Amino acid sequence: MSTLVIAEIRQSELRASSYNTIAAAKAKGGDFDILLLGKGSAAGADALKEFGAGTVYYSEADAVAEYTAESYAKTVAALVGEKGYTAVMMGATTTGKDMIPRLGGLLGAGMVSDVIGFDGANYLRPMFAGNAIATVEVNTPVAVMTVRETAFDAAAPSGGVSAVAEATAVGDDRAKFIEYRLTESSRPDLGAASIIVSAGRGVKDADGVKQVEALADLLGAAVGASRAVVDEGLLPNDLQVGQTGKIVAPDLYIACGISGAIQHVAGMKDSKVIVAINKDEEAPIFEVADYGLVADFAKAIPEFMEKVKAIK
Amino acid sequence: MDFGLTDIQRMVRDTARKFAAEEVAPIAAAMDKSAKFEMSLVKKMGELGFMGVAYPEEYGGAGMDYKCYAIIVEELSSVCASTGVVVSAHSSLCCDPIYKFGTEEQKKKYLPPLLSGEMLGCLGLTEPGAGSDAANQKTTARLDGDEWVINGSKIFITNGGPAGVAVVIAVTEKEKGSRGLSAFIVPTDSPGFRVGKEEHKLGIRASSTAELLFEDCRIPKENLLGKDGDGFKIALTTLDGGRIGIAAQALGIAQGALNAAVAYSKERVQFGKPLAAFQAIQWKLAECATDIDAARLLTYRAAWMKDAGMRFGTQSAMAKLFAAETCMKATREAIQVFGGYGYVDEYPVERFYRDAKITEIYEGTSEVQKIVISRSLTSD
Amino acid sequence: MKILVPVRRVPNPDIKVRLKSDGSGVDTEGVNFLVNPFDEYAIEEAVQIVEKSGGEVVLVSIGTADCEETLRAGLALGALRGWLVETSEVLDSAAIADVLAAVYKEESPDLVITGKQSVDTDNNQAAQMLAAKLDLPQACFAFKVELGDGKATVEREIDGGLDVKEITLPAVITADLRLNQPRYAALPQIMKAKRKEVKKVSLGDLGVEAKSATKILGLSQPPARAAGQIVGSVEELVDKLVNDAKVL
Repeated sequence: MSTLVIAEIRQSELRASSYNTIAAAKAKGGDFDILLLGKGSAAGADALKEFGAGTVYYSEADAVAEYTAESYAKTVAALVGEKGYTAVMMGATTTGKDMIPRLGGLLGAGMVSDVIGFDGANYLRPMFAGNAIATVEVNTPVAVMTVRETAFDAAAPSGGVSAVAEATAVGDDRAKFIEYRLTESSRPDLGAASIIVSAGRGVKDADGVKQVEALADLLGAAVGASRAVVDEGLLPNDLQVGQTGKIVAPDLYIACGISGAIQHVAGMKDSKVIVAINKDEEAPIFEVADYGLVADFAKAIPEFMEKVKAIK
Repeated sequence: MDFGLTDIQRMVRDTARKFAAEEVAPIAAAMDKSAKFEMSLVKKMGELGFMGVAYPEEYGGAGMDYKCYAIIVEELSSVCASTGVVVSAHSSLCCDPIYKFGTEEQKKKYLPPLLSGEMLGCLGLTEPGAGSDAANQKTTARLDGDEWVINGSKIFITNGGPAGVAVVIAVTEKEKGSRGLSAFIVPTDSPGFRVGKEEHKLGIRASSTAELLFEDCRIPKENLLGKDGDGFKIALTTLDGGRIGIAAQALGIAQGALNAAVAYSKERVQFGKPLAAFQAIQWKLAECATDIDAARLLTYRAAWMKDAGMRFGTQSAMAKLFAAETCMKATREAIQVFGGYGYVDEYPVERFYRDAKITEIYEGTSEVQKIVISRSLTSD
Repeated sequence: MKILVPVRRVPNPDIKVRLKSDGSGVDTEGVNFLVNPFDEYAIEEAVQIVEKSGGEVVLVSIGTADCEETLRAGLALGALRGWLVETSEVLDSAAIADVLAAVYKEESPDLVITGKQSVDTDNNQAAQMLAAKLDLPQACFAFKVELGDGKATVEREIDGGLDVKEITLPAVITADLRLNQPRYAALPQIMKAKRKEVKKVSLGDLGVEAKSATKILGLSQPPARAAGQIVGSVEELVDKLVNDAKVL
């Protein structure tokens, strides 16, 4: 009964999901090792050696220097074969979603996606856009899974020092990584942002939008919009949060002047903390808000920014 | 009896529903507000075959049945009644008489651009003095050499503004009364034709309702539709089919209102529970759903009878009468479920309520439908 | 080029699912079923490739006889013919990949394109498993696909932007939302779809066992959102966000 955690590195930086995945391994129970592949993984392995793993494996070999699902899955499969792990887990990042099922195919292993918890030997995961939680049993000797990062708080160093060892890399020359084309924006992406400040019909005009953007920038947040604001042409369509736009679940969602139409709520109701600022106390947004403030956002936002600046 | 949809009808419904949700719904409120129809929709619908559903492929139609046509009008209307009537008036009131009464040359010339959505069509029947009393026409047409010369005016013409082709009813022999009316195909670029004022309406605001003016309007002799004197018959036959389109429109509006009310009743919480948990609301929803289902059965049956080549005038009148009443009730109750939010334009039910009323009026008022129905009961 | 596109029948994703009271599954009474939306992007991509450079698009769907409807809907989007692998069993991704591999061997396509995930199970597994079982390269979450001589260059949607990957053909590609704009089924295409060939086979005909590696034991309702509070001032709001919710 032991687990292999696949930590993730991109452009020589450990990705935060690695710590959530370690936490998931600890929540599952039993011993675990960590594997980290790619450029910079030696240093990365060093950074992960105090998290309670038996061994932290790494490889910077040419075959796995850059990520491809093909070479990584083969390399992980070889290690699983050698060490006899009964579970392999990785964060449900796009890399985890790409590679882990391929690994499952190679190992003939059952897979569970987006694990949010454990129930004895079984796994819990959301289905139907989060409207149902499934209990899943895996009936193969090895179980592979991706874990939803938001369901497990990042692990902290737990003392002790893991062994660090180099893994044997296996390449696959039918697939070649060419390059990254990552988005450069001063604001975080809607999908990835931990805070979103969203503008609704109540912001009225371009000046109102500017206020919302100023608050977002102060908080390092992404800007979102209700359908009404997009329809008015005040913000671009790709910022629309809602049933027909983006579905988001940040740690903090601040709805400014948003009435809370069902279509909008459908896109943000899974946010951890929802704040609604609206001058209409009957607005349905208050029914989903953790904290509601009945106020004109145009007055509330500057005051809000002042108070936040005072703390920081 | 088979009450279900065929595979094809189901696919038609799915594609129309998707198109309505993705292409029409997002702009429906704005089109209503600006009272301007987005003409690119006509082009898109033409490409998909929506502008010529029930016509043979040889004329550029989709070769489907009238039930498919009703389904498309219903689905479009469930998000935007204006779009529903643009398709319905075009298809039932203009393409239908040309297809049914036109010569092979007329069909070859006019149907392809109409059925592909390149051109919109309308029917010029109603006049200031000829509403429900459709035979009381004042517009005249007289033969002058190789041309018909038309004089007069038509009002409340759906699609009148943007139409490229109008089927126009005019008096050719006054002394013969209703048997002295004839139908004509009038391209709207004909000399002497112009569009008069656009009406400002309570509902279906995005669709054009315009006045058509004929001042020595000249069209070729061969543009007579059917025989000289067939005009009233053509008009009545056309309206029989048109009623199915309006019944489908009313049905769609009603369904759209119910969909909105059901969704809202599940989300909106008052006194600590969702509206849907209150019996007062449950009953409203149940009654509307039942009426809508009955209206759908009547509408689909009338379409099925038309497809089967049966006489369907009475049944299409019943469908339109009942669907229009259901539409009024469903949209009224939907606003009641929404309460204050239903009365403002944030939700579509306010628009649905305004759009509903016309279905009791145009292409034969509810009173005229009752005349048609009762006549079938009492005439010998 | 021959392209195999696996398509899945899913309950309408715009309708919130109702769970059966015993947690054994979802109540699909009165729910209409559609082609999995991501698969429509896959069909569109395949059809566009074939429209440009020739070949054929072949669909495959696995499930009950109702899946024929799903296939016809896909055929109305421009695919040429389809396979219906009929089974009443609930298959997991591993078993689905086994079945798809068997169909792949029958067809020997140059490319497999499918949706990145189905919107009912949200698994995002079968395509990658299929690629592994067939020992083919893969490019998941495609934003843009460019085909060259015996290879494909694929821009992929990844966290924070895109990456670019080159793979040899045959290969498995999964479609993400920005790959293209799926067309609507035009009415004449719907008429044609009715007449297109759908080959119906059983698991036995294909000689696959299709053993599921996982099993859903039950479904439960996610926890409801707890009631919130109205704060009296901006100061109180900031205080709560910092000290209670700890999000600032």
